[in-house]
Amino acid sequence: MEILTPVFTLLILAVVFGALLGYAAKAFRVEGNPIVDEINALLPQTQCGQCGHPGCRPYAESIAAGGPINKCPPGGESTIAALANLLDVEPEPLDAEHGVEDVRKVAYIREDECIGCTKCIQACPVDAILGSAKHMHTVITSECTGCDLCVEPCPVDCIDMIPEKNPLQNWHWQRPDPRLQNVQLIVTDQMRKAS
Amino acid sequence: MSIQASHSFYPLPGGIHPSENKAQSLQGPIRQAELPARLIIPLTQPGFAQAHVQVQPGDKVYKGQLLASGNPVTGLNAHASTSGTVVEITEHAVPNMSGLPELCAVIASDGQDEWQKLPPLDPAETDVDTLITRIHDCGISGLGGAGFPSHTKLRGALSKVHTLVINAAECEPFITADHALMREHADEIIKGIWLLLQITGAGKCLIGIEDNKPDARDAMLKAIEDAFDDRLSLVEVPTKYPSGAEKQLIWLLTGTEVPSGKITIQSGIMCQNVGTARAIARAVLHGEALVSRITTFTGAALEHPCNMEVLIGTPVAELLAQCDLDESRLSRVISGGPLMGFHLPHADLPIVKITNCIIATTESELPTPAPQQACIRCGFCTDVCPVNLLPQQLFWFSRSKELEKAEQHNIMDCIECGACAYVCPSHIPLVQYYRATKAELREAKEKELKAEYSKKRFDFHQQRMEEQKRQDEQRRAERAALAKKRKQEAAAGGEQAGGEQAGGEQKEAKDAIKAALERVNAKKAARAAKASQQEQNDTEPGS
Repeated sequence: MEILTPVFTLLILAVVFGALLGYAAKAFRVEGNPIVDEINALLPQTQCGQCGHPGCRPYAESIAAGGPINKCPPGGESTIAALANLLDVEPEPLDAEHGVEDVRKVAYIREDECIGCTKCIQACPVDAILGSAKHMHTVITSECTGCDLCVEPCPVDCIDMIPEKNPLQNWHWQRPDPRLQNVQLIVTDQMRKAS
Repeated sequence: MSIQASHSFYPLPGGIHPSENKAQSLQGPIRQAELPARLIIPLTQPGFAQAHVQVQPGDKVYKGQLLASGNPVTGLNAHASTSGTVVEITEHAVPNMSGLPELCAVIASDGQDEWQKLPPLDPAETDVDTLITRIHDCGISGLGGAGFPSHTKLRGALSKVHTLVINAAECEPFITADHALMREHADEIIKGIWLLLQITGAGKCLIGIEDNKPDARDAMLKAIEDAFDDRLSLVEVPTKYPSGAEKQLIWLLTGTEVPSGKITIQSGIMCQNVGTARAIARAVLHGEALVSRITTFTGAALEHPCNMEVLIGTPVAELLAQCDLDESRLSRVISGGPLMGFHLPHADLPIVKITNCIIATTESELPTPAPQQACIRCGFCTDVCPVNLLPQQLFWFSRSKELEKAEQHNIMDCIECGACAYVCPSHIPLVQYYRATKAELREAKEKELKAEYSKKRFDFHQQRMEEQKRQDEQRRAERAALAKKRKQEAAAGGEQAGGEQAGGEQKEAKDAIKAALERVNAKKAARAAKASQQEQNDTEPGS
């Protein structure tokens, strides 16, 4: 008879927790795959489609499904490293098939040549182009992601991609490369031997 | 009033004692550099807002005349440092770490050195805003090293500062420009400090000076005594590198540790260099723009090392020649000190506002560095770090590009003083690793912000497109529903009145079309008539 006590206890516990879990599964159900959001947050959101997917989120979905992580040129090496870190896989070099990493660029409309066709406005994924039909258009530089998508549709080819910053603003120190002769040393490294 | 130098200070963690090499350039008084024939004056400051150029080639300019104006918030004005003619406005190499050219005005001097000064201001009767505007007009930037525009710093400090710290430490070897300035112009420095107190409303001022310059200290003490101002006190701190770094000096003098990622003003303290104080005094009391500075010329390749008052834009090569440069022994020209300075690729570069020292060195004085070797984890770097960071950890993270970890180990608090690289027995150029990593971190942050913003814009765009689609569909559905209803009504009406009615309706529709066509024809005719009339009108005056 004593055997029944633990059996009933466990049975009751099982029923209670089963009910709880069943409820939780319904009440706290997560729509979609949360990892997609996390991956998406690491992508540069240029929506350029260079990866072959129509936007950053579809690319995030393909990565979540096990696709390669090295198809995003605007993100470059740092994005690959962040993705590798998140997904706990080995970082790979950027797949050159999809483009190479470059300085950040913004679109620039040569306004004299613009005919006001609004084709670029329709192409812009972030509403960064201002203008209306038969009126000159212009790019709001601070909103432009440099995705390139407006260049193709332009019938008069008046859109250029220009670097966002001048070379002086873009310059920063590089890590010393011991193999190179012409190392950009700062003076500190010579002082020590003197004293 | 403390006429005696106070000796109470808070000891600095870490730090190094490199050989000072200061005596060479302090043998004589400050020399006046010869007037150069050609000056190259940078018009923009890297990292700051672009300047608007105010002159054109061929223009005659006076000493102190505005060449380019920076924006009123963060920009810096550039002035002609002597009278003459603007020869060209072009990109020219300037002493900066990148070695990239900047927009400069080249001026041919006319030898007259004719001033165009602003009217002097009486500080007692001038409001703070006018004083700061004057400082902006005179193009004054911090002369200690970073070159941050002074007016921007002062505007940010208004009524937020209780203590003014004056940086007279000059801790880096070789550099003696501030030392020489204090020996000879202590009264002007004190006037500048008085103006700074007036502007910021700070209650007290601490002047921090290292104990390796007793003559400068005495000159300053005498000037303080003459000023009869009990807000001023001078604190002598032990000679140690880098006690002249902003946050380090504030700790030494006040015991306040400025929190990580904060600026000193957020702790109620503002730090200014003695040279800046003097430039502010000259700007307000004499209306002089910042067109010259005191620069140390030293190094074993110079026959006569000295301090010189030089015009901004003077080519370095000319100045070195005035100190009797021995070309055969010269191995390298360095701008700034031996620890934080950088090489000049050649000497055809102008003196800029932040050039506090030029070292013309020989191979034996500052030899070529030994090749980098592996880190042996000796921990010397950790002992000397004045910010209590872990330089060795930071080195690993920098080398393997682990930006996140480097950030967690507070790499952004590194002041790049170079003490760690100085003691490293493996000759690892540590600071260069940190500088690269810091720049990459800043870039990554910028990228992240941009991505976040772009995502918001993109989501909004998607939402807008969907909304539009939904509205279109709704409209279509409404139209379809209306058409269906009409049809039904028509069908119902048809049922009621029979086939005759339907025929009538058809006739009605035909009539409507006919009427519309008639209207169109009438309009066309009217237009044609009008056109022909106009043609007649046009031709009549000609005939």
